[in-house]
Amino acid sequence: MSELRFENVTVRYGTGRHAHVAVDGVDLVVPSGHVVGLVGESGSGKSTLARAAVGLVTPASGRILLDDKPVPTRGRRPLQMVFQDPYASLDPRMTTGESIAEAIPRRAATRGAEGGYFSITEGGKLSSACRHAEAERLAELVGLPPGTVDKFPAELSGGQRQRVALARALAGRPDVIIADEITSALDVSTQGAVLNLVRELQRELRLSMLFISHNLAVVRYVADYVAVMYQGRVVEHGPAERVLLDPGHDYTRELLAAVPRPGTKLEPETPGVTP
Amino acid sequence: MAASRRPGTLRKAARTPLGIASGILLGLILLLAILAPVLWTSQANALDVVNMQQGPSAKHWLGTNLLGQDLFYQVLVASRLSVGLALGATAIGVSAGLVLGTAPVILGRRVGRFITSVINVAVAFPALLLALFFAVIFGIGAQGALLAIGFASAPAFARLVRTLSASVAGLDYIAAARIAGVSRFRLLTRHVLPNIGEPLIVNATIAAGDALLSFAGLSFLGLGVQAPSYDWGQLLNDGLQHIYTRPAWALGPGVAVVIAGLAFNLFGEALAVGLGNSVPRLGKLRSALAAAAAKSKAVIPQPPSRTAAGDAMLHVRDLRVAFPGGVHPVRGVSFTVHRGEAVGLVGESGSGKSLTALAVSRLLEDPAQVAAAELTLLGQDLRTAGGGAGTGRGRAAGAMPDRELRRFLGTKAGLVFQDPMTSFNPVKRIGPQLAEVAAEHHGLSARQARERAVDRLRAVRIPRPEHRARQFPHELSGGMRQRAMIGMAVMGEPALVIADEPTTALDVTVQRQVLRLLKSIQAAGDMGLLFISHDITVVSQVCDRVLVMYAGKIVETLPADGLADARHPYTRALLAAVPSMETPREEPLAVIPGRPANPADLPVGCAFAARCAFASAKCRAEDPALVADDSGHEVACWHVDQVLAVEPTAAVPTDALIADPESVSAPQIAGETA
Amino acid sequence: MMETPQAAAATDLAVTPATPSASPWLRFAARRLGQLLASALVLVTASFLIIHLIPGDPVRAALGLNASQELVNTRRAQLGLNDPLWLQYAHYLKDLFTGHFGTSISSGLPVSQVIGQRLPATLELAGYSFVVAVLVSVPIGLILGVLTRNARRRGLELGATTVSVMAGAIPGFVLSSWLIYLFGVTLHWLPVADRSGFTSYILPIAAMALGPIAVLIRILRLEVLAALRADYVRTARAKRLPDWRVYLLHVLPNALTATLTIGGLLLSAMVAGTVLVENVFAWPGLGQTIVQSIVAKDYPVVQGIVLVYGTGVLLVNLIVDVALALLDPRSTIRES
Repeated sequence: MSELRFENVTVRYGTGRHAHVAVDGVDLVVPSGHVVGLVGESGSGKSTLARAAVGLVTPASGRILLDDKPVPTRGRRPLQMVFQDPYASLDPRMTTGESIAEAIPRRAATRGAEGGYFSITEGGKLSSACRHAEAERLAELVGLPPGTVDKFPAELSGGQRQRVALARALAGRPDVIIADEITSALDVSTQGAVLNLVRELQRELRLSMLFISHNLAVVRYVADYVAVMYQGRVVEHGPAERVLLDPGHDYTRELLAAVPRPGTKLEPETPGVTP
Repeated sequence: MAASRRPGTLRKAARTPLGIASGILLGLILLLAILAPVLWTSQANALDVVNMQQGPSAKHWLGTNLLGQDLFYQVLVASRLSVGLALGATAIGVSAGLVLGTAPVILGRRVGRFITSVINVAVAFPALLLALFFAVIFGIGAQGALLAIGFASAPAFARLVRTLSASVAGLDYIAAARIAGVSRFRLLTRHVLPNIGEPLIVNATIAAGDALLSFAGLSFLGLGVQAPSYDWGQLLNDGLQHIYTRPAWALGPGVAVVIAGLAFNLFGEALAVGLGNSVPRLGKLRSALAAAAAKSKAVIPQPPSRTAAGDAMLHVRDLRVAFPGGVHPVRGVSFTVHRGEAVGLVGESGSGKSLTALAVSRLLEDPAQVAAAELTLLGQDLRTAGGGAGTGRGRAAGAMPDRELRRFLGTKAGLVFQDPMTSFNPVKRIGPQLAEVAAEHHGLSARQARERAVDRLRAVRIPRPEHRARQFPHELSGGMRQRAMIGMAVMGEPALVIADEPTTALDVTVQRQVLRLLKSIQAAGDMGLLFISHDITVVSQVCDRVLVMYAGKIVETLPADGLADARHPYTRALLAAVPSMETPREEPLAVIPGRPANPADLPVGCAFAARCAFASAKCRAEDPALVADDSGHEVACWHVDQVLAVEPTAAVPTDALIADPESVSAPQIAGETA
Repeated sequence: MMETPQAAAATDLAVTPATPSASPWLRFAARRLGQLLASALVLVTASFLIIHLIPGDPVRAALGLNASQELVNTRRAQLGLNDPLWLQYAHYLKDLFTGHFGTSISSGLPVSQVIGQRLPATLELAGYSFVVAVLVSVPIGLILGVLTRNARRRGLELGATTVSVMAGAIPGFVLSSWLIYLFGVTLHWLPVADRSGFTSYILPIAAMALGPIAVLIRILRLEVLAALRADYVRTARAKRLPDWRVYLLHVLPNALTATLTIGGLLLSAMVAGTVLVENVFAWPGLGQTIVQSIVAKDYPVVQGIVLVYGTGVLLVNLIVDVALALLDPRSTIRES
């Protein structure tokens, strides 16, 4: 359980005159043990913010803090990420078990009773048999049938691969998980299962989670708090119920109005309205 | 234990006929290179003073040189130098390339950038020039030539290593490993190198062939192997001077060079081809289609036509699409679209909805086989157009000739595709791409067609349409491109617009605007709209009627505002599984167990039976037909009455909450009925 | 500065930032020119370093062991080899700008004169061969691609691929010897040496062009197949355009842009290929001269010819890039 805090984070791509500001002075807090949903359309900067949190891009200014300390870059990585594309996030030449085991820290950290699901509590290096067993346990935790750890990604479906990616993220003993559009590439019938799993695991393990999606209905289902991003800035944030039922910002209102709702009809465009 | 095979595409590729043949040839050549000098050096060097400078004879198959030495044996023995030096040069090139290509990663940004720019310049020069340059420095002779050719191929390999590493480094699984804390070294050895190993091997094999040819070339010029040693190039040089008198001297070594070079190149190509895929052959497909169609003619009832709402415009009956290999993605689809009506076709991936749309528009070509009992637009039979004949051979009586049919379809049917970026020609401006429809089908002059294009762009509310018409597709935003696509579809004032996932790739706010535009265009032209999507909510907003597809068949048709009365188990499950802004947060989301149907492996009975909570033995044995009730609502299910009695969300047991639904079978609600 | 949501609602209709259409071209031209200068500098430096990278005394190596030390010293002074390196480099650059390419060690003639005499023959050979290669391979590649789409006519596909692989595997000088044997020795149809009269061009050009034709046809066919599978061809068919329009106006430009890069590489390789073919056919071009000079260790001539070849390659690359930019405007912004 840990609090993730973004303080005035700015991320820039390119240099000089043609630099593009992807994230512009963002302040955001993911309270310990809660889920913050991050919504926005393409170009809003939400994926960039996620990548900055895990260290894949360096912010031009601002700080990212975990429990008021900078995010550690050595040893156990408390921030893990699950990616959008289930077909690109697993090395095709490694079995799923190997992919999961690779993320287990070299030395199992000592954990207290709080992080209840960590079965290995003593310190010291882990043998490969231990790692394989741990990978199997994690695969079972995410609902995969036994024997999946010895298969290659090509033999699994999209939903199953996302579960493997989730198991890999959990292998790192994270305090915070960042889920970047994890169900956007899945069929409707599979999406529900993965979302159920994510919710269940988050509650049981009391993880802090930053849940990124462009789908407002999905975010509403999963998140306790919602932050809305537009062109690199957070334009609104607050408890999910409040933001989604009684939005304060015009853009949030517009976003909500654009979500297709069953039982409503779409009006044709009024002629003569040319911006 | 590890029962699964590692993805060994190279090993698979080597087993193709080409791979085996060239592999054997290559093996023989390598064997020759090793053994020939051992076996035949004495014969090659023996002087036959009596028979000097002779042409081919029984004793000396290629003749003898100035010293009476047997040329045939010399060609054989020369293989060691030619092949050995080629392999050596390739080894130098690959090693130097690996070092240069991975150095920037290790040495840091500044040095790395300098190395990269030098490599980029060096790569621009052909290998032979570089080899000549290095040959000057390293000196003539075998050793100098070896270093020369070796280093001449290094820049190309360095560039290849960089390109391959960069393409791999951008992938998500590398990022995931970095986040997990994997060290850079392990990242390189465990993730990057194994994934670029195969292309490297393929290129190295082909490069060995090129090195062989380059070496022969250098020796031929007199800059490579020097007398008294000889390789094929050197022999060719000698032989060329005597080509008028003793042609065999030149032809023999030349043939050897070509064969050896071919062996390397072909083997490399075979490995490269193995990384692609092949198309299966067409079999007795048409007869199978005809048989299936004949069998089902008696079963499928005619859907009632809505004469009250207007003329039937598009009429489809028993449409089937098949691919070679027993794949049947569309299995007897029938529906009607009236003027002014919007019909939605909903399904997940593998349902066959997109193929239905393409088949209706006559855009499917070989190897797809399309057949339909009826396919008419505005009364015109469409089955004689495009690729893929109808169930009968030749044209039906009264059918249009191809050219007129093309014009008919070009003006009466408009299409909007999903991805406007790839659906527009990237190297042509927007305006001409719209204009060519008018120029082709309406006989407008170039200027008139241009004006019409600008007018259509204006109609889809693109500001400054004259300016936009002169731009390229990549200069427009996604939403604008899709508007332009809609504009292109209505260039000809069509009676029917077919839109295949038109807003799936767009942001939700843009999606709303584009959909509203589509509706207004439809209303303005009194057009029919066939709207295909996986998003049932969007379809219900845009369309009047909804057709639900599963595994190549329509399983339910119902009015868009009557979705709450859906009766098919799949439709109800689909509606329950989609989270909306009203979905209760305390309950788990509904899940459909099992996997989507595989069009290559369909069961005998109802395709949804394996995933259905109401399935019985009858469902598994017999495929239900689409049956209409009095209001025109059609369902294809044996247990409609039972379905209506149960709430869909109650079907999910709690302990199956996190289990992978694809490995779980459907919980049974209905008992087994006869 | 935040846009109001009303303006935001119109973002999909917003005009892209006002850059005049000339600007991407200017930036592209500037960038390309910069690359050209950098490459030219590398080329010139490499050429300059030839003499200094060779172990031993280049003048002594050229004149032989028997030449007197006096002669060697005179030549060394002539070539300025006793000056410090940077000074030699400066002189070298200055000489290049004024058109002085040095003096041949063996003959004493100005290198520019030697090159001037032999360059036209090489230019003709490379130029004509390239034109022939393009004129032959583009139509055939397009037709083959159209005929073999969607796995039709697999026999034709197999045959065409086999023939082109075989043809591409025959190096220019081996092919030359076979052509000489067939048309010169056996049939006596064509001359096989020297550059005199129209017929003497046929065999050398054929020998130069055949390999590249084979490779170009193969690549072009594959690119045509890839283009035929693209979404925009489906759109063109949806617009019910006649086949010839689809192939010529939609497929061919896109297939060509992809082929152009390979074409450029082939043309550069052709420049190098002239070296071999000229030696076989006794064609009076630079190819013969450079080999003789390398053997005779006449380094100033080698330097000069390396510069000429190198410049030719750089020019070819420039032309290819410009052609690519004209055909596919996306390539102008790709590198920024």
